[in-house]
Amino acid sequence: MAIAISVQNLNHYFGQGQLRKQVLFEINLEINTGEIVIMTGPSGSGKTTLLTLVGGLRSAQSGSLQVLGQELCGATARQLTQARQHHGYIFQAHNLHGSLTALQNVRMGLELHPERSAAEMLARSTAMLEQVGLGDRIHYYPDNLSGGQKQRVAIARALVSHPQLVLADEPTAALDSQSGRDVVNLMQSLAREQGCTILLVTHDNRILDVADRIVHMEDGVLKRNSAGVLTTP
Amino acid sequence: MRSLLQQLQRRTPLGWLQLNHEKGRLLVALAGIAFADVLMFMQLGFQSALYDSNTRLNRVMRADIVLLSPKALNLQNLSTFSRRRLFQARDVAGVQTATALYINSITWKNPQTRVNATVQMVGFAPDEPALNLPEVNQQLDKLKLPDTVLFDRGARGQYAEAIAQVEQGNPVTTEVDRRTLTISGLFSLGASFGADANVITSDQTFLRLFPRRDASSVSLGLVRVQPGADPAEVAAALSAHLPSDVRVLTAAEYVQFEENYWRTASPIGFVFGLGTAMAFVVGVVIVYQVLSTDVNAHLKEYATFKAMGYGNSYLLSIVFEEAMILALLGFVPGVVLPIGLYALAANATALPIYMTASRAVWVLLLTLGMCTLSGAIATRKLQSADPADMF
Repeated sequence: MAIAISVQNLNHYFGQGQLRKQVLFEINLEINTGEIVIMTGPSGSGKTTLLTLVGGLRSAQSGSLQVLGQELCGATARQLTQARQHHGYIFQAHNLHGSLTALQNVRMGLELHPERSAAEMLARSTAMLEQVGLGDRIHYYPDNLSGGQKQRVAIARALVSHPQLVLADEPTAALDSQSGRDVVNLMQSLAREQGCTILLVTHDNRILDVADRIVHMEDGVLKRNSAGVLTTP
Repeated sequence: MRSLLQQLQRRTPLGWLQLNHEKGRLLVALAGIAFADVLMFMQLGFQSALYDSNTRLNRVMRADIVLLSPKALNLQNLSTFSRRRLFQARDVAGVQTATALYINSITWKNPQTRVNATVQMVGFAPDEPALNLPEVNQQLDKLKLPDTVLFDRGARGQYAEAIAQVEQGNPVTTEVDRRTLTISGLFSLGASFGADANVITSDQTFLRLFPRRDASSVSLGLVRVQPGADPAEVAAALSAHLPSDVRVLTAAEYVQFEENYWRTASPIGFVFGLGTAMAFVVGVVIVYQVLSTDVNAHLKEYATFKAMGYGNSYLLSIVFEEAMILALLGFVPGVVLPIGLYALAANATALPIYMTASRAVWVLLLTLGMCTLSGAIATRKLQSADPADMF
């Protein structure tokens, strides 16, 4: 099976000189294509830092970090921007653009790819919103949608371009249990359809069951790298 | 080109959508830009009114070539040169006529208020029209009577009643020193910064009003060339023929000469230029405030776009798109309002203030420049949109 993410001996530091502090220690992690991996751990353990490194939002400092076959350690800003175009992001807050309708927001996920025509983008964005169950609300502004609906629009935006890798940071944190469940199921089924790899950071024990594998981070060290699906506690 | 058009078609007009989403803020922004535009239009309007009004008399002179003293500065400071030069000028091939014009400022009693006021007296021999003003040329016979003058309807000051009386056919009398003048007719020229009113009279009356002036010392010489002759060539021949105590300018050069005086020697051109620059700066500040508030308000959304893989140039394009939209939309009220204000100012000051296409284009360019500059400053804030903060 092809490897989507390969992290080897990754160290990361924040700050300069005397204040320099190591936040990630010798991280080794491999994620196969199509795998859903959940990363758990207490606040401040470095999960988000690892996620931003994998996502190309920070430049990796030492070690090796290969994402979708590209080495991100030592990559230029331009290369990182390029790499980001192949990822789908789902944030803790939905981060939808308030001046755009649901449809326009989703369309922004497609506009990055110049090969698509305007008509095609419209058709795909509409189809994607129908898939997440918002077919009747495509012209609503985010202000007129509930939290769960907004998060579903955000998922549609992340997945509409069929990215090979989806990165999510606590996507259910702002949602009630039912909406959270819906959102995760949606991610899981869409990912299965599109065959993409998912790396998901969460505190939410209710959704651990969607994972193929759960990794645990503590104090900047990957503690447990357990294979197989865990049952929901 | 085709691909650029396609690019534009598929692109979400994000700048417009953002502006349109906050209609209140958009209106405030447009009001600000319109305000800056109005300021610029007023400053430029006054500036060009200054040049226009001060060359109005120069423009209506019935001459292809103008002779003047080398010491002349402007219409109000013409100095004089010898009338002999006019007779000499008639020797030059291509010259048809060369006539004298006498100009001087004089203090008279306002016929309506009886308060002293300064007016510009223009005198010439009434046998030959010296000005391209049909109204004046029809009334030349009146000027043949002594102490008779024609008065300017466009004069600045309290003349409305006196003008109305003359209009009804009742001559109005007034006083210069101990001499009684009769206003027996009217014409339309307009006031200038240098002269509140123009009064036209015969050369004989003029010389009686200025006892120290001499018929042989003229203010200007108006030369007309024979049909078919090239004024520039005749002017060159005149300068070669005449001694250096007289200056030879073509009609266009003479207007330019007058305008140049006000442009350089008077502070007024500089003052209005500075006023325009200040209006521009005010506009930059207003647009910058609007754009930077907008960037701040959308920082999180911009960071999200960066995380999605949009480059910095895309975010820059949003800000500049907004800047251009604001410039173009703000320009609409910014060009309509001054038309009304010009009419108001023209009524109040009797200055020729009106909208010209070239000024509208110039202010539009300034507005675009203003908004681009503000946009460029506002984009510095974009760098603080760090996608890593989004997780």
